[in-house]
Amino acid sequence: MSYPKFHGFDSELKRFQVRLGVAGVVVLAAFGLLAVRFAYLQVLQHDYYSTKAEDNRISIVPVVPNRGLITDRNGTVLARNDSQYTLEINPQRVTNLETTINELGTVVELLPRDRARFRKLRAEIKGADSLPIKTRLTDEEVARFAANAYRFPGVEIKARLFRQYPLGEMASHILGYIGRISDKDVERLEADGIASNYKGSDYIGKSGIEGSYERELHGVTGSAQVEVDAGGRGVRTLASTPPVSGNNLVLTLDLKLQEVAERAFGKYRGALVAIEPATGGVLAFVSKPGYDPNLFVDGIDPQSWEALNNDPDKPLNNRALTGTYPPGSTIKPFMALMALELGKRTPEYTISDPGFFALPGQAHRYRDWKVGGHGAVNLHRSIVISCDVYYYGVGADTDIDQLHGFLSQLGFGQPTGIDIDGEKGGLLPSREWKRKRFKRPEEQRWYQGDSVSVGIGQGYNLVTPLQLAAATAVLANGGTVYRPHLVHHIVDARTGETRAVEPKPIREVKLNPKWVQAVKAAMVDVTRPGGTAAQAGAGAPYTFAGKTGTAQVIALKENEKYDEKKVSERFRDHALFIAFAPAEAPKIALGILVENGGHGSSTAAPIARQVLDYYLLGKEPEKRPELNPDSNDE
Amino acid sequence: MLARLWDKLTHGLDGTLVLLAVLILTVGLFTLYSAAYESPARVTAQLANIVIAFVAMWIAAQIPPQALMRFAFPVYAVGLLLLIAVAVFGEVANGARRWLHVGVMRFQPSEMMKIAMPLMLAWYFHKRETSLALRDYVVAGLILAVPTLLIAKQPDLGTALLVLAAGFYVIFLAGLSWRLIIPVVALAAVGIAALIVLETRICDQDLNWPGFKDYQKARVCTLLDPTTDPLGRGFHIIQATIAVGSGGLLGKGWLEGTQTHLEFIPERSTDFIFAVFSEEFGLVGNIVLLVLYLGLIGRGLLIAAGAPSFFARLLAGAITLIFFTYAFVNMGMVSGLLPVVGVPLPLVSYGGTALVTLFVGLGILMSIQRHRRLVQT
Repeated sequence: MSYPKFHGFDSELKRFQVRLGVAGVVVLAAFGLLAVRFAYLQVLQHDYYSTKAEDNRISIVPVVPNRGLITDRNGTVLARNDSQYTLEINPQRVTNLETTINELGTVVELLPRDRARFRKLRAEIKGADSLPIKTRLTDEEVARFAANAYRFPGVEIKARLFRQYPLGEMASHILGYIGRISDKDVERLEADGIASNYKGSDYIGKSGIEGSYERELHGVTGSAQVEVDAGGRGVRTLASTPPVSGNNLVLTLDLKLQEVAERAFGKYRGALVAIEPATGGVLAFVSKPGYDPNLFVDGIDPQSWEALNNDPDKPLNNRALTGTYPPGSTIKPFMALMALELGKRTPEYTISDPGFFALPGQAHRYRDWKVGGHGAVNLHRSIVISCDVYYYGVGADTDIDQLHGFLSQLGFGQPTGIDIDGEKGGLLPSREWKRKRFKRPEEQRWYQGDSVSVGIGQGYNLVTPLQLAAATAVLANGGTVYRPHLVHHIVDARTGETRAVEPKPIREVKLNPKWVQAVKAAMVDVTRPGGTAAQAGAGAPYTFAGKTGTAQVIALKENEKYDEKKVSERFRDHALFIAFAPAEAPKIALGILVENGGHGSSTAAPIARQVLDYYLLGKEPEKRPELNPDSNDE
Repeated sequence: MLARLWDKLTHGLDGTLVLLAVLILTVGLFTLYSAAYESPARVTAQLANIVIAFVAMWIAAQIPPQALMRFAFPVYAVGLLLLIAVAVFGEVANGARRWLHVGVMRFQPSEMMKIAMPLMLAWYFHKRETSLALRDYVVAGLILAVPTLLIAKQPDLGTALLVLAAGFYVIFLAGLSWRLIIPVVALAAVGIAALIVLETRICDQDLNWPGFKDYQKARVCTLLDPTTDPLGRGFHIIQATIAVGSGGLLGKGWLEGTQTHLEFIPERSTDFIFAVFSEEFGLVGNIVLLVLYLGLIGRGLLIAAGAPSFFARLLAGAITLIFFTYAFVNMGMVSGLLPVVGVPLPLVSYGGTALVTLFVGLGILMSIQRHRRLVQT
């Protein structure tokens, strides 16, 4: 190899200048390359990159509508929206969630329940682009985070409208609640073809009215063309289509009545439904205990969820809607009506009650609740004193399918069709039902003995408190079956127009007014001296028609006597009561169930009295010691 | 009185270089004003940097090349020692060991090498001028390799590349045989071509590149195909390219760049400031800037050609070519031609250190230019 030899300074200079020349050419070539690249990007590809820049810049952002309000018939707000700040994390923009959350904890106090709820939401809603780590921030917390926001890319403060249920537990089972849209909800929305209206929405009605009237309440999502920065934050709005707020719902519910009814239960569990017989409008709808629906709004934290679920009182159960109970003696007025309509009995027909009933040729004795019996009992008296033997006979004399045919017209054994979801239909037995229900041929047969128990509302016979109230309303109005409804009218958010939920008669049961009158008269005497609810009816200035009932929780042997005081509270009988008033022109019909309340006369009937007194007289119940299942003072 | 002060202030300065530098600085300040709209303090801070840089340039311009030669070895030696110190005691920031605490200041010795390296090599070749042999190129190679490797190991690939380039320019200008240069250039060309063609296989996740850090591999791979990681590493390249492309022929206008003002451009007042300029001033602006740089580089090469000594020639040539390297690598990186390495756009990017280094280089060029006629070869 040869290396440059020194040939004197001149040739040295020459060689240097050649090298410099080469460098100059390289410089020119390199800059030329840049110029070509610039021209390529800025001239040839300009349109492409312009579009890209616009796409970057402008994003179509959904604008979530305000959810409709829910008020009672007098305008008292049950569900409203409340603007609150939340701290939200975009899981896709945060690389290490755990570290970020821990660091956030140094800026804003994060409770273990906040973290737990975040984890739960994250598991439930995959691919979410914003999940709250903390809701309802104070102004101070907002300020503290804002000062540190630069440290937390992917974490943002958002002003959100929160659903708020100002009355807490009150009427919780009607209202239901909203919750964050889950993957399952998304599937359903997609199936219904309305998923696009939920872009940007985080919440959806999950149960109760919030669930069943979701489409009315949600509103129409608007959109805005927003200029956004690289962080996705909106800088300014270029154009927008405003959202249309959800429609407001005005309920048939009378909140004051609801309050009176809820308070009347004291510490008892149970349910009460009050229906306006002329329309089917629900005036009060109680399921005790309730729960605070506000807990669900931001996604319930696992601890509270656990507590609600494991509570032995089952506060999440909507007893009025889904609780099925033996109707007990509250079925008797309907049985009486059936017996008259089907010609099985006349008002004058009288039996002699020895204290038990036996089928011809059988030794088994069906006992009356009163040892020794009631003596001579006609139809009127059978209701007033709640004679079991009379109705054993009615049951035995009526073919079960005929019985099924009649009572199902009144709404038993099928959902009433009320405007909230999840309703249970109860059970009204028939031959067909029994054949399907059991496997062994001897069990599939319908025995006359089965009918005997059905006659007094035991055996295969289950009703919901709602059904009981609805059937009572049919009896009260003389035979028109309305679909019970909670929403009175819907107020269109845009036009202010109201759309009434028209009382819809489902069917007209052909009843002989004479027979209806006979049953009603007997029910009025139930609350008068000599009747089973005489105490509850004492001094009522209106005609108070009612019927007590007791449903066994534990089965008794033939000769065993049920001793209320010896049985632990949970195994005590359920108390039932149906009522309507005033009997000559009923304005309200009630179905009441008090779980483990003992006798209908002692716990359920007084609740009815308070509700009626308030509704008909405006009389607020005086403060008296709450009904309490733990004190055995009856 | 005033005239004498003016003479004193402008003593030894080269009018052409100053004019070109001021023009580029002006472009830089306007662009910075737009890029740093959310922190206007940067513009005043940059003005202060410029004042300091001018002072540094003025001082450098007063030192004759012969005097400069005396600094060459000590500066290089100190720089090398500091680099070793960094490797041993250095402070880690952003995953790299680059900084040295000097009192209250943090100091990057690698920055110093950008000047020390060409100075040292030019001095070495100058001393060996009359008896250059293979041995000298080997020694020069070592002088170059040791600090470069130390810097690369920090790791600071960008600075290592610039130091390597600075040293290489001296060796090249000193007359390294074409027989050595051509095979290396050819090999590099083949290598780059292969990289582009075989991208998918080379960038396979499980494949380790011997001698490369993961992030360095990632930079090359995202350059080859930015779309593979549009939200992560590719984001810089994609958004910068969009900014340049959407600028079009005339640009979107000063302060009107949407990519810039909506924060899509990362590092927009420092390494990626060219994307801001390009978006707002378009192809026309880019060509003007290229011409300004070309003028500066051309002037530098002319000064080198007319320099009085071998040392001065090599130094002037190398400094000029470093200027070119800064400009080319930065603009190439922003427009998606080159991988993302941390190289600022000379005289435009925000930041004091690089500005002072570059102005010291300009000062040296001026000094060489002024002494051209005094010591004729």
